[in-house]
Amino acid sequence: MAEHKKEIDQVTGVETTGHEWDGLKELNHPLPKWWLYMFYGSIVWAVIYWILMPSWPLVNGYTKGLLDYSQRAVVTEEFNAAAAERAETGKMLLEASLDEIQNTPELLEYAMAQGKVAFGDNCAACHGVGATGFEGYPNLQDDSWIWGGDLETLATTIAYGVRADNDETRYAEMPAFGRDELLEKEQIVQVANYVGSLAGIPTQDGVDLEAGKVVYEENCAACHMDNGKGDMEMGAPNLTAPNYLYDRSIKGIEAQINTPRHGVMPAWIDRLGETTVKSLAVYVHSRGGGQ
Amino acid sequence: MHQGRGYLPPIELRSGSPIWTNLFTLYGANIMGERKVRYLSLEEGGFSLLLLAAAIFCLVIAGKTWDQVLAFHTALIALASLTGIFFIFRRYFDGNNTPAPLEINGKPNYNMGPVKFTTWAAVFWGIAGFLVGVIIASQLAFPALNFDLPWINFGRLRPLHTSAVIFAFGGNVLIASSFYVVQRTCQARLPGTIAPWFVVLGYNLFIVVAGTGYLLGVTQGKEYAEPEWYADWLLTVVWVAYLLTFLGSIWRRKESHIYVANWFYLAFIVTIAVLHLFNNASVPVSIYSSKSYIVWSGVQDAMVQWWYGHNAVGFFLTAGFLAIMYYFIPKRAERPVYSYRLSIVHFWALIFIYIWAGPHHLHYTSLPQWASTLGMTFSIILWMPSWGGMINGLMTLSGAWDKLRTDPVLRMMVVSVAFYGMATFEGPLMSIRAVNGLSHYTDWTIGHVHAGALGWVGYISFGALYCLVPWLYNKKSLYSLRLVNWHFWISTLGIVFYICAMWVSGIMQGLMWRAYDSLGFLEYSFIETVDAMYPFYVMRAFGGLLFLAGAIIMAYNLVMTVRVGEEVESEAAGQPALAPAE
Repeated sequence: MAEHKKEIDQVTGVETTGHEWDGLKELNHPLPKWWLYMFYGSIVWAVIYWILMPSWPLVNGYTKGLLDYSQRAVVTEEFNAAAAERAETGKMLLEASLDEIQNTPELLEYAMAQGKVAFGDNCAACHGVGATGFEGYPNLQDDSWIWGGDLETLATTIAYGVRADNDETRYAEMPAFGRDELLEKEQIVQVANYVGSLAGIPTQDGVDLEAGKVVYEENCAACHMDNGKGDMEMGAPNLTAPNYLYDRSIKGIEAQINTPRHGVMPAWIDRLGETTVKSLAVYVHSRGGGQ
Repeated sequence: MHQGRGYLPPIELRSGSPIWTNLFTLYGANIMGERKVRYLSLEEGGFSLLLLAAAIFCLVIAGKTWDQVLAFHTALIALASLTGIFFIFRRYFDGNNTPAPLEINGKPNYNMGPVKFTTWAAVFWGIAGFLVGVIIASQLAFPALNFDLPWINFGRLRPLHTSAVIFAFGGNVLIASSFYVVQRTCQARLPGTIAPWFVVLGYNLFIVVAGTGYLLGVTQGKEYAEPEWYADWLLTVVWVAYLLTFLGSIWRRKESHIYVANWFYLAFIVTIAVLHLFNNASVPVSIYSSKSYIVWSGVQDAMVQWWYGHNAVGFFLTAGFLAIMYYFIPKRAERPVYSYRLSIVHFWALIFIYIWAGPHHLHYTSLPQWASTLGMTFSIILWMPSWGGMINGLMTLSGAWDKLRTDPVLRMMVVSVAFYGMATFEGPLMSIRAVNGLSHYTDWTIGHVHAGALGWVGYISFGALYCLVPWLYNKKSLYSLRLVNWHFWISTLGIVFYICAMWVSGIMQGLMWRAYDSLGFLEYSFIETVDAMYPFYVMRAFGGLLFLAGAIIMAYNLVMTVRVGEEVESEAAGQPALAPAE
């Protein structure tokens, strides 16, 4: 083992420890006073905190602390206080009809505030922050509705969803005319072009639109109506609308006739409760497409 | 000595010697002449058996598993094991397996091969990890960059980034510097010939297995401990070898006192072993499946996870890098360490108190309040022990402050210690329950982590790498100190962009989440708070890009140092005797 002697460092005048490793030495400065006192201070603070607050585990349970503080009790209290604060207006909202809500400024303000944040946290993921939708997710700002855009209908759709896991849910299913071989391939092309002609979509050359009309009347008109305007009672979309839920082209119509897609919207009533559903209906109604 | 390059030594027929001596030659042992009988050493034999057992175990799994990723990984480990056996036996049959002398002319004969390997591995993984960081930061700002591909979506790249920078970059810096420092300060060669290589190669194999696993979707879903059971087993074996190799040098030390850097390295190695074992206590669904389940459940699992998580910060990213500070700063500044007493007090305080701080990650959760209180109070007590390290690092420069003007490497390390001080003040602050109520789950946490990661861990590592490469390759100095200056300023600007963006966005996010309107409803929906982050995410990605650019400049500088740097006469082996600072 190497032997070294303690020496005085010339720069600081402090003694070294007398050890040396690979040319490295250590001075033996005392602990900085401010450092030591702050260290002690933090320990004293911690001990006081332990005495006041729940801290050390025991065999059964834990030390409760002199202040008898419990974060669980505090959060319950705060939650109840907030719920009580809202209860008054909330109760009025619950008892009022949707029209009354819309026509009473105090209730409307409340419903819009609740609807806005509920929409952002629950609906915006599919319908978009501005409620303009995406392909497959309806635009809530325009005039074309699948199930209807008046307040009551909106509230029902939000509460029970579409094709959702709920007994009251809205349900509509279009047959898969191509996949299940209900129509010939040629007939599908004809009827798709006929629907295109109703909607003002440029049709393909050389397709017999008269034949398409016959196919339409025999297979489609029962739900989508003779004029193609659909029936919101049945959830049959308006085929002449300027916006489609899926691809608005002859190819897109063919695909839908061949194997229709059936989107799902959850039922929100159990998750959000009646007040919030009402607020949401009022909020969505105000987005521009309300009827 | 025998110089043959074949796998078997050439048969040399000697006239008059009985045929059995020649047969003996065939088996690699010649009792004739000056050559001595060579045996497979215990170390060589032991590692061969270990590797063989691993290879067989892995090949059986690879052959029988239905899990494609597990088949790939076990085949990879088997291939690596068999390659290892091949090299052990090639050395043996080549006849150059005589153990290197511990000393040459009375001076220690250091084993710097594994140090060199891990140094370059650190450079490589550092750049890879920073690059992935820039990619995921950009993905947060521009989600289209996920390209709808599972392998490169944010969820898989995020653990790749954290593991690459912490374990691949940080881990290799720690192994490189610990093997260097322990040899130099103990004046003793690393024990064994195979063991140090087993450690460095095995560790990097673990990195490859872990990283490719993330990309292919294998994870146990525990933050900073994502690798599945088989990778954990691999790391366990490597880590035991690491501990023993490190201890072996300490055992042979010439100076009776153990240098402070080595206390910190040892605390890091031992504690990480314990944390790794507890947090990865899992049962595989089947030995043929990559999936396993942790034995802890519910809040106990959360508690073990954050006991691990916080001490990965405390012992991997703090204790290990304090060790680097304790060697490289006094060495570079050519000054004695400021206070031996302070180093003792803050070492023991740090390791005793850090281990309690984990619950502050679980404030306001199902974790009982008493546990949360303990985590918070110990985090506050931890403030001064952390600052003890900062004081010792900074004050070591007393009498050498002028060097900050001329030596950008030293400047980098000193700024690193300043960032350490800042982050270890911010940490206790954020552990206070009321503050945490605002900061938790926001970008403020990310900013805090990166002040520590980029500023402290990154800079002290860059400083160590800038010191190590010229020392390891007997170069007079770095290729270019101007480039170090560029690296320093570009990456400092990057860090400032990064942490300022995250402070602002994090606090804004926290305030937006808790904002209520006059009717008692939330002011903002979640998506609005995400939307508000956008400019800060762009700024953060830009900061990360600058940090990456700095690291690329460093890599160029280090490569050029080796290629064109001016040679100096080596000391016995390893580091030049001179003053490193120019």
